This record gives sequence, structure tokens and C-alpha cells, in this order.
Amino acid sequence: MYPSAFDYSAPGSLEEALATLAELGDEGRVLAGGQSLIPMMKLRLAAPGHLVDINRVDELAHISESNGHLAVGALARHADVASSEAVSRHNHTVASAAPWVSDPLVRNRGTLCGSVAHCDPEGDWNSVMLAVGASVVARSSSGERVIPITDFVVDFFTNSLDPGEMVTEVRIPAYQGPAGGAYLKLERKVGDYATVGVATHLVLDGSGNVAEAGLGLTAVYGHNLKVTEAEEMMAGQTPGPELFAEAAAIAASACDPDDNVRGPAEYKRAVVAEYTRRGFAQALALARGEG
Amino acid sequence: MQITVNINGAGETRDVEPRRLLVDFIRSDAGLTGTHIGCDTSSCGACTVLLDGRPVKSCTVLAVQADGSEVKTVEGLAEGGELHPVQAAFKEHHGLQCGFCTPGMMLVGSALLEGNPDPTDEEVRWAISGNICRCTGYMNIVTAIQAAGGEGS
Amino acid sequence: MTTVHEPRTSPEVGGIGHSVRRKEDDRFIRGAGNYLDDLNLPGMLHMAILRSPVAHARINSIDSSAAMEIEGVLAVITGEALAAHGLAWMPTLSGDTQAVLATDKVRFQGQEVAVVIATDPYIAHDALSHIDVDYEELEAITTPQQSLATSTLIRDEKEGQTDNVAYTWEAGDQDSTDAAFAAAAKVVSLDTHYPRSHPAPLETCGVVADVNSITGQATIYMTSQAPHAIRTVFALVAGLPEEKIRIVTQDIGGGFGNKVPVYPGYVVATAASLLIGKPVKWIESRTENLISTGFARDFHMHAELALDGDNRITAMRAGILSDQGAFFSDAQPTQFRAGLFHICTGSYDFPAAHVTAQGAYTNKAPGGVAYRCSFRVTEASYLIERLVDNAAHEVGVDPADFRAQNFIREDQFPYLSPTGFVYDSGNYHGAMDKAKEMIGYDGWRARQAEQNADPDATKLIGIGVASFTEVVGAGPSRQYDILGLKMFDSAELRIHPTGKAILKLGVQTQGQGHETTFAQIVAEELGIPYSDIKVMYGDTDNTPYGLGTYASRSTPVGGAATAVVSRKIRAKAQKLAAHLLEAAEEDLDWEPGKFTVKGTDQSVTIQEVAFAAYTNHPVGMEAGLEGVTYYDPPNMTYPFGTYIVVVEVDTGDGTWKVLEMVAVDDCGVRINPMIVDGQIAGGLTEGFAKANMQWITFDDDGNCIGSNFMDYLVPTAWETPRYQLGETVTPSPHHPIGAKGVGESATVGSPAAFTNAVIDALWSRGVSNIDMPVLPHRVWGALNGVEVSP
Repeated sequence: MYPSAFDYSAPGSLEEALATLAELGDEGRVLAGGQSLIPMMKLRLAAPGHLVDINRVDELAHISESNGHLAVGALARHADVASSEAVSRHNHTVASAAPWVSDPLVRNRGTLCGSVAHCDPEGDWNSVMLAVGASVVARSSSGERVIPITDFVVDFFTNSLDPGEMVTEVRIPAYQGPAGGAYLKLERKVGDYATVGVATHLVLDGSGNVAEAGLGLTAVYGHNLKVTEAEEMMAGQTPGPELFAEAAAIAASACDPDDNVRGPAEYKRAVVAEYTRRGFAQALALARGEG
Repeated sequence: MQITVNINGAGETRDVEPRRLLVDFIRSDAGLTGTHIGCDTSSCGACTVLLDGRPVKSCTVLAVQADGSEVKTVEGLAEGGELHPVQAAFKEHHGLQCGFCTPGMMLVGSALLEGNPDPTDEEVRWAISGNICRCTGYMNIVTAIQAAGGEGS
Repeated sequence: MTTVHEPRTSPEVGGIGHSVRRKEDDRFIRGAGNYLDDLNLPGMLHMAILRSPVAHARINSIDSSAAMEIEGVLAVITGEALAAHGLAWMPTLSGDTQAVLATDKVRFQGQEVAVVIATDPYIAHDALSHIDVDYEELEAITTPQQSLATSTLIRDEKEGQTDNVAYTWEAGDQDSTDAAFAAAAKVVSLDTHYPRSHPAPLETCGVVADVNSITGQATIYMTSQAPHAIRTVFALVAGLPEEKIRIVTQDIGGGFGNKVPVYPGYVVATAASLLIGKPVKWIESRTENLISTGFARDFHMHAELALDGDNRITAMRAGILSDQGAFFSDAQPTQFRAGLFHICTGSYDFPAAHVTAQGAYTNKAPGGVAYRCSFRVTEASYLIERLVDNAAHEVGVDPADFRAQNFIREDQFPYLSPTGFVYDSGNYHGAMDKAKEMIGYDGWRARQAEQNADPDATKLIGIGVASFTEVVGAGPSRQYDILGLKMFDSAELRIHPTGKAILKLGVQTQGQGHETTFAQIVAEELGIPYSDIKVMYGDTDNTPYGLGTYASRSTPVGGAATAVVSRKIRAKAQKLAAHLLEAAEEDLDWEPGKFTVKGTDQSVTIQEVAFAAYTNHPVGMEAGLEGVTYYDPPNMTYPFGTYIVVVEVDTGDGTWKVLEMVAVDDCGVRINPMIVDGQIAGGLTEGFAKANMQWITFDDDGNCIGSNFMDYLVPTAWETPRYQLGETVTPSPHHPIGAKGVGESATVGSPAAFTNAVIDALWSRGVSNIDMPVLPHRVWGALNGVEVSP
């Protein structure tokens, strides 16, 4: 299959990219890894008028630790994230999710920021970002804003970017204390979207109680879902099977999965609960240095 | 727009539409038909090439994106008439049947061995999990890639 | 007799039993294969097909004027235009008719409605969205049960068709079966759906039609598993003179049954080339491949076993409802409307069976191809192996022991089955014993008992057994034909003066390695090194007529033809040798490659004899050393084996993984053991795929779910189990080299082993069936008593 025709720009710098996007307004669409966009164009499910290819904007390829957070640039590929020592040092949930995004070849091309911006409710990254409390750096020719992930993910395939704006970086805060996390994904095969994905994040305080909990769900709601009620319930509590079971019950009732070929909603709720328990158990083990 | 892609060491310059897929550029413009097309959704890996050394699916890259890049296809695996160890091992270990996925499998295998000359069964399976084979059941592909690694080290 | 064949030729000659490396690989590993899409002819045009977005609708009008405006578009062809030439409909391989381009109605989502011919494939696809079709939607009938109950006619155009029944058929004997059931101590039953699947070879289907409008010569390059039969069908469909049709099939990127039928795209591309006078290429997209061509299976099956008080099977009853889609286009022998499904009595010895089958039209894609299968043997094998396993569980006997108790014994062959097959040879106990030993069956049973005994266990062990019997190698001309073409096959062998040879075949490789294994048969028979024998196929002008490669028939039929033609040539060679050695023919001894005068050291090689055939042949003998054989097999062959798989089921999310698997196959004599093992490993993986993930389903409106490789799941190396392969060798007594065919055994036999393993894990939790694919949500639903659909 073949995409329909479009115009194309390949700016060599961020400044140039932002100028092009400003000029194009609604017509412009950023092309980063293209691993979701190009297949959609080939199937003619998407037909952008003008692609602004940022693959030559080398300054966006960074994965770096600074100012208490990990910064992943808009050109960092999933494979870069998966093999990054900075990532594995910095955040267990991110490190655990990276290898399960699509397949190895797609990971060589696709980008974390691109997935975040795509806001596909079956995509893995936004559940992780919701669980770990990430933020998104958006730039346009008129400036920069830092958007908390909860404000960035608006709905089904919808983010809060304005026309002319693009994601340049995703920021993941550093752990404040002993911490762990996991991303558990039920997929039918490598390269499959999640039937259910559960991102867990756990930070302990000095006495070993929960200082901060994060829980994000994939493919069981109209968008990636942050289970705030469970996170708040867990704060200050003693971590363990009972607490995790309680969080799992909240997660199972908070989600609203579809009945489809991947299974009935009841099944998906059960897996959400199961993976929430398993994920937090893994997170706790890591936080305690037992992982 | 005019682009130049270095394919297997030779520059290929053409005027192409932005929408032209890299796989069509390789197959139809450069005439290198060893790179195949098996799906539309970036799922099968029959179109795998090495783009600046990394395996990618050339059906999901625009030709214009490869302007100025180096592409290696199956035709570029053998050097000076000498088969790449992966090629020899695929024949020796019956790592192919219909041959349609084979170019992609060998390119991924060669890229894996660059960084990891002695991969485990699991590491090979993980590395080739973006490529589908319908004939072999993968067993002999894994064996061939491992054997080629043994050859190189 | 169970032996392992010891090669009697040297490795250099490479006859039967040598794992010589494949000759065809030299081009494939260099990216120098010649697949259809690699072909570019001067002036070639490109075709794209507009397909129906809905499952059932009346076509009120088609307006292609806007598409014709696009620069580079040469033609838009509709059904109406084809109808003017009598080409709007074509015959199917089951004697039904199928629309080439829809005229009256569309009957499935993805049906061909119009085509665009353009100078470039990008432009051809652009133009599709500019064709305006006015559809009036009709009720979509998406299940065969619904089809039989409704008054809505799917095939309202068909004269005399008053319902949605595509066929009815039966086999076996009802009275004796009923009597056995009436006397049974216990009856075990099973209802299961073998889901719709698709062979999905990695290369899709396609055609390059090159019709010379001056000479009328039509050269049609295509991805066909049966080029000769296709030529005849083309002659009959298009009315072209058969001598002017040349079908050329080069390298095929996998077939698995998908590339047997004639598809509408082939016919339209040929018509377009004839009309425009230029070559026309059509290459299917993956979506087109999955939604419109060659589906397989889709059998709703009910079956019962009657047991006596000693757990011996006394009879079987089976009733099938098959979902045929919009056209009955199964690729199968004419006499058998449900293929060879009546092999469903399997590996077991009992006197009575009765099988009934009915096919229904639905608003789904047609197909019914034998996906790596000998005409519905796969469904049959699955049914009996699932049923036997459940019977064992119900009477509380180990499933392996239950099978062994009911197997046909080695001394009963040739064995007449209750549905009329004559099994040629077998040693079912031998394969079972070997498989059990290889996997350590008793050890696994002990571990299972321990692990599953814990009521809180979240990981349950299951052990699945399947002991399949196939029937392949169609087939004897008295019973087997497709559209009247008898299912013989052919080989033409010519020995050149220097002792090299060319072998031309009517069968057609798609990756099975014919260029190597067929050369090995000649090497075995004549002692000419396999590397000196060029094997040709896939060009109907230059190879003898044959029915092609599917249903594991190449070795049983084409391989036999190759052995027989080699022997014919050896007979002539013996006369030549007698002449050269100045001895009587009967005084010569033969060993591969050499005639020797008995009791002397005087000898001539086959190469010397070949040279003499052209330089020094005796007066009165024709020069040359060549022959052709059309082999009509006296019987089918019956490969068999036992597969045992151990799985672990996660009760939390319903996933299961294979811990160990053993496959013991007996395909008679193995020509090239390396290639045989390769076929088995590939087949096991397709069996695993169907048990684990791979199927096509539809929503209530008839929309296909599974229209690309994101939704139609085929396993990668990561999910695919590791296998241990074992063999027993029970030669076919009627095949010239004792071989039986192996391409499909593993796909036929393994699905039941996987499902049985999961059911074995869950039996003690009250689960007796889960239909394939055994998806995690179905496992979870079965364990938790939750109704799961689909």
C-alpha cells in the first residue's frame, strides 16, 4: 500500500522546525519515528497535508540526567531508551517498559516522545508516564511550556498541544528515596499492542511505608488511565499484599475496558487487578533492594 | 525532490516524490529486489535493511528520509564475492525454505552479531522477533545465526 | 517394519538418506531469488482493485469518471464491462461459480468491485478513492447457523438455488453406527469450532499478465502452486486457445494452499492486458490477501464416540457444518465435498462410523483452501484427537494409554477404515512409545500430579498428546480429480551426453526444496550426483502436465513419477551397457551409477552409458536417454506420528506457555532428513499458531477482524516453542521409494496436542473444552465460569 501525496520539509535545526510548524499551523504534522504514522498513511487512515520531518534535528536525540530529572529528547528511539544506562539507573518502570514496546526493528526507529504525543490508549508509554509523574516539554516558535503528563493526555488520540507546537522532550522525575517500578504487559505476540498494560511505581519513605505510589493503565479506557484513587489510598500505608490487593480492586473498578476479540471487559478487569498486584510486588522488591 | 542514498557502497541519486517508500526506492529505482514486501503495517520485516547500521523496516521509512544515509541490503552482505558468515550458515543449517524472509533475517542476524558475537538462543529469538518467517519455525534460523557468530569469533 | 534408512549412495552422489545442502539456497541467500514482484516488463502497467467495504449489498451504480480523469490512469474496469465478454463470473475449483467483478451484489467485505489500470502503483491506488459506488446494504449473514435459518438468499443469482446450502455429503454407514451407539456402555461427545484461518504466506499472491494482442500469446507469470491446472482453467474460463497460454511460476514465497485457486485478480489482469496490449502487474496487499483469498477451515463440528465397558471405541459419529463464505470454492477432489474429512476415525481400530457434512453460504470471503493440509484432514485429525483425549479423561484413563489400547495394530495393515480408506502401513504404538520416552512422559505426569494438587496453584501443568493419521498424495485416478483433471503427476528426465541431467516436474515447489530432493531421487535411482541434475518446474510450456503441489502430494505422486522415470531410463541404460560391455543384459549387475558384468570387474558407469546413448548406440535402438512418466498412484499414503507437549497455564491471566515438546513423525522413507525436519518444525509452528493466536473472525456486520498482521496474528521466534524431533520409518508399501509425504503432518497433528495440553491442565478444574485459538481470555473464562465470546 502507498500513502497519498503530501508536502515534506526536513528542517536541520529545532529553530527551523518550529518556524516551519508555525507557518503551517493545522496543516503541519511532525514526523519523528513514523512507526505509527506511516502505516496509518499507507492504509490511508491518515493523510496529512505536510510532514515536518525532525529526524535531522540532532539536538533532540538526547537521553540525559539533569536538574533532578531524566530527559528523553524527541529523537531518542525506543531502542536507545531500552539500552540506556541512564534510564536503567533512573527509573525502573521506564526501563521495564522499553523492551516491550512493539518489536526490535520498530524500536530502532520509533521514538518515546512520538508515542507519548500519539496518545493511543493502547500505547504503552503514557501509562508509564502517568505512573511516574512525568512532564512533557512543548515548544513552538513563541516559546516553551512544561506540561504535566496528566494535562497532556486529553483523550483518545488527543493531546493538549496547540497548532505549531511540538514535543521536544519528556521529563521523568528522579526517585526521592528507595523506589521501584514495573510495566507488565499482556500481549498476544511481540509487536502486538497491549490487551492490558499496567505501570506501577512505588517510592518508600524512611520507615519503609509508601511515600509515593503511581499506577497507570493501558488499553482499558478511552485513554491511558492514571488511577489516582489507588495512588492516594496507598500513600503513607505499609506496602504488602493486602495493600496491593486493595489498589488492584480500585484499579479494576476504575477502568472501563471494551469487550472485543482480546476478551470481555470482565477478563480485562481481572488482568488489571492481577497485574497491579504483581507489578507492585515487583516494585516493592526493587525498592527494598531484593529485585 | 532529489535524493542520494548510498546503497551497498554505491550512491543512488533520483528525483522522488516525498511519499515514495524507501522499499520502493530500493526495489524499483535501484533495482535491488532482494528486499521484499510482506505486509503494509510494519509487522513482518521482509523489507528489513540496515539504515546507517541499524535494522529497520524499509516499508515504514520514506525514501527522502534516507537522503544522505547508508543503506545495506542483502545484496551488500557478501564482500568481494565472499559470503558473509550469516549467509553461509543459513545454507549450512537449513535456515531458509521459501527464502522470502531470509534477507531480513540475515541482516538482523548480522547486526546482532556485530555487537554480540556469541548470542544465546533467547537473545537471537528476541533480536529476530520483528521478523516473521512462515516456513521454518525459526529453529534453524536461530541455529544458523548462532553458528555464524561462532564462525566470526 | 520400523527401520531407519541407511543411505546406499555416497555423500557425493547424495541419494536418499543424505542431508545434502539445498541447491536453491545459493540464490536465496544472495537476495537473487526471482519472486513475482521482482519481475518488471517493458511498458508494464499496474492494477489496483477496489473492494467492497460492506459484507452484503446491492450495487446500484458505479461511477468511475473521476478516476479516469487522473493522470496516469488508463482504464477502470467494472463487472459490467467484463460481463460484455462473458467474464464477470468464473468457475471455482468445487464446480460453483464466483464473481470476478461484482455486477449485481457484493457478497463479502473485500469482494472485487472494479479495478484501475495505471502507469504506476501509487497512481492506481490513488484512483481507487475516486470511484463512486452506490451500495444498498442488505442483511449480512455471518454464521452458517444463521445462514441455514434465514430466508435471505445469498446466492440469489444462482439458478435453482432456493436456500443457502452449498453442499451436503456423507460417508460411512449409519445403520451399523447407530447400532453400535445403542449398545454402547458410554458415549463421549464434543462440540468444537475449528476457526477460520488463513495460510498467509509471507509473499502475497499476484500476477503479471502479458498478452500479445497480435499473436494472441498469453504469458502469465503468477504465484501458483498448480500452474498446469491453472492453464487449463484459463483456457476454459477465458476461451483462450490453450497452446497460446503459458503460465510461468518462478520462485514462490510460501504457498501453504493459498496459491492453489484462481483468483479474480488474475482473470482481470489478464483481460486488461488483452484489452490494452501491455503487460499488467497486480500484487496483492497483505490486507487484500487476508480478506479476500484462500481462507481455510471454519468447520463447526459435533462428534460422539461409543465405548464398550472395557474402554474400547466401538463407533464414531460426526456432523459438520462448514462456513463456505459467499462462493463454494474449496480446492478439493470432485468426489469429496468435504474433502477427506472422513479420515476422522484417525489412528483407531473400530468397525463403525458415520459422517455427515453440510456447507452453508455466508457473507464472508470464499476459499476453503487446504491450508498446509490434505483437504480437511486437519479438521478431521483435530476432532478425533480432541475427542479421544476427552474420552480418556472421562473414563479416567491416561490419554496415552487410552490411545494405545485403541490403536490399529501394526499387524492389521493394510487396514480398511470404516469410512472406506485403505491405510497402507503404520506402527502407531512405535511412534507413541518413542515420543513418551523422548519427553519423559511418566516424569512429567508425576510432576503434574504434585504441582496441580495444590488447590491454590496459579501455574498448572498440562500434558497434551496427539497421535494423528493423515491421508495424502492425491490421488488414484479412479477417485481423485479436480474439475475432471485426474490427480496423477509427472516427471520428464533427460540425461545429457556428458552424464548430466535435467528433470522436469509437474509439481511446484514453494520452498520445500524440490530442486534438491527430486535430484536426490534421480541420484538414488541412477547414481548420477544430485549436483549434476537440474530440476525444472513452473513453466507450462517446458514441463510435463501435473496437478501441482499441495496436500502433501509432491513426494507421493511427483516423487514416485521421478523414481519410475529414472527406472525406465535405467532399463534402457542396461541395454546400452550390455552393448558396450558385449554382454547379455541379464548378466549385468546394477549398483547406483554402475553396471558390472556378473562375476567380473568389467563395468561401465552411467555417465559412459549416457555418452554412448548419443555417440555409440546399437543399430536398431533409438538414440538418446530420456523419458517421461505420468504416475497414477495405486493408493494414498498415510503418514502418522505422535506429538506430546507439556504446557504451563497461568491461572491469573490465562496465558500458557510450552515447557517441552516432542514430535515423532513417520513419513516413510526420508529422502533428505534435514529438509524433512525443516518441514516438521515449520508445520509445528503453524499448528502452534492456530492453537495459540492465529484466526480470522468477523463482527456481526461481516467486517473482517484480522485484515492485517496487526490483527491476524502469526507467531514470531519469541513465542514459538522449541521442539525435539524424533522419527520412526515405516515405508509405504506401494510407493516406489517407500516415501509418504511430510509437508503437512505437523500442521495437521499438532493443534490437538496443544489444545489437549491446556485441557489436561484444567480438567481437574472442570474444564473440558476450549475452542482454538486457546486465547488467554478463553482460558480465564473457562476457569472462572465466565461466558466468553468470541
